[in-house]
Amino acid sequence: MNPKNTVAKSLLLLAVLVVPLMLNLFGFAFYLDLATRLSILAIAAVGLNLILGYGGMVSFGHAAYLGIGAYAVGIPAHHWLYGGMDMIASTNGFLQIALALFASALFAFLTGLVCLKVKGVYFIMITMAFAQMLYYLLVSISEYGGDDGLVIDTRSEFPLISLDDPVQMFLVSVLSLFLIMWGVRRIARSQFGMVLEGIKGNEARMISLGYNTFRYKLAAYVISGVICGFAGALLGNFTTFISPEMIDWARSGELMFMVILGGVATTMGPLLGAITFIVVEEVLSTITVYWHLPFGLMLIGIVLFVRGGLSSLLERGQKTDD
Amino acid sequence: MDTTLFVIQLLNGVQLGILLFLVASGLTLVFGILDFVNLAHGAVYMLGAFICASLTFLTGSFVLAVILALPIVALAGFLLERFIARPLYERDHLEHVLGTFGAILVIDTLAHLIWGPAGIAIPLPPYLDGQIEIWSGIVVPTFRLTIIAAGLAAAAGLYWLVNFTRLGMLIRAGASNRTMVSALGVDIKTLFSLVFALGAVLAGLAGMLIAPITEASLGMGNNIIITAFVVIIVGGIGSMKGAFYAALFIGLIDTLGRAFLDDIFKLFMSSAAAENSAPALSSMLIYILMALILSMRPQGLFPPKLR
Repeated sequence: MNPKNTVAKSLLLLAVLVVPLMLNLFGFAFYLDLATRLSILAIAAVGLNLILGYGGMVSFGHAAYLGIGAYAVGIPAHHWLYGGMDMIASTNGFLQIALALFASALFAFLTGLVCLKVKGVYFIMITMAFAQMLYYLLVSISEYGGDDGLVIDTRSEFPLISLDDPVQMFLVSVLSLFLIMWGVRRIARSQFGMVLEGIKGNEARMISLGYNTFRYKLAAYVISGVICGFAGALLGNFTTFISPEMIDWARSGELMFMVILGGVATTMGPLLGAITFIVVEEVLSTITVYWHLPFGLMLIGIVLFVRGGLSSLLERGQKTDD
Repeated sequence: MDTTLFVIQLLNGVQLGILLFLVASGLTLVFGILDFVNLAHGAVYMLGAFICASLTFLTGSFVLAVILALPIVALAGFLLERFIARPLYERDHLEHVLGTFGAILVIDTLAHLIWGPAGIAIPLPPYLDGQIEIWSGIVVPTFRLTIIAAGLAAAAGLYWLVNFTRLGMLIRAGASNRTMVSALGVDIKTLFSLVFALGAVLAGLAGMLIAPITEASLGMGNNIIITAFVVIIVGGIGSMKGAFYAALFIGLIDTLGRAFLDDIFKLFMSSAAAENSAPALSSMLIYILMALILSMRPQGLFPPKLR
């Protein structure tokens, strides 16, 4: 990597951290909130990138984990206030985060056992179907608001930190993002990450080399789900509202868009993609409430006309099979 | 459990199954022959419903509206193929998904702009709106039977088209070996356009048939498309026969599960517990079935013969 690139990347990270704080200082609190949301979505995109980018597994259901994480904050807080489910009724942030991570890991493990048996378009459809299953499940549970969702009355409580303070909420989100970007980078460059990229390039070859590719894929799938679940827990705390809408497949599509636009299998890609998405969404939605129209056209345009197609970004030297 | 209710639910299940088949057959046709993943298929289903609603108010006749709307959805399918699908055939599935996801956003927003955010109810003519006694004491809505009949007729027509016509022969040939078909001098581009338009007609028809019951509404397509995915996954992607049996199976399981699971649960748990857990489980039933079937037969129940 050339040093100029490193400088640019460091400057970008610094800007993501400092610019919102400065703007907030000058009274533009709106941009701080925007940056918090950006950081949280970027965390989810980093999680998705681990399997989509490095592993070549195109999941169209990753918004499910955002929902799981957010409900893992909302449900204990709900019971803490209204009684019932004494085991989890709490506003303790550590407990809620642990619940979010555990539930995400469990969901990823169980669905992964099924969907990782198949490839290509089957995989896309099945991840979508499982997310939709969770969507309908949440709609059917009236205690947690069903279709309408649920307001989280109390944010997660931590010693010394108050998520009620927007600046602290932002700092927690953005520092988590940096930490997770670093962590996924470490994973990608470890032996595990190399095997994962090997599987993406040619799974049959990796099997011949003696790797149990299913286990590697499942492990990556679970880690990816856990990262998105964590992002979901932050999202619940940020919006203080949970609803099945968070799992809608359009949300999963937006996550995919971020990862692919930013550049798959790169450390900075998901962050760049999330920044692009937030900027596009913000600019378009101030122009028109029908911002999905230009956004959709833009998406089609990018897919059709970006030179060599997006797969030129996806494939690094090696043709993926599916 | 009384017989009338059961028969009605059974019919509802068959009706859902037929509609699912109409949507899924287009998906599986397009996938089997064109190797193209069309997420926007559900958007065509929604378009069918809305166009039919407008035409019903314009012409004053639901039946006439359906007949007029079919060529319009065919045109929508044709345009979708020409401008979005065709440039993407040679790319990988990820790009199909992203491109058609963009198309959904565009079509949904356009529908929102044209028809507004609220659903539109479609009035039925009196001869379709009544009830009919099919067995002693068992009365069912006429229109439900109409849907089933129309859907079965479309399925039979499709069967005839695919198996007994020259176009069908080309479609089957295209499904088993695209390159060979085009090498033999068949205009493969036109064939692909036709297949896409045919899929759009089937999905649009399904939307038109259901609209008088549920209203034409935004988002209706996005709800059915994932269930249609479950159908073609269970049936085996690319298999028409698989899509038919799986659609009926899924339609029945989903409907009967929602209707009777709480009664079944009450047999062995308290009625409060049953009323809490039954809706949750019945909403997940078809996905759990899909997972079970996949873990035993990853290729689906009726995988198409090797291409």
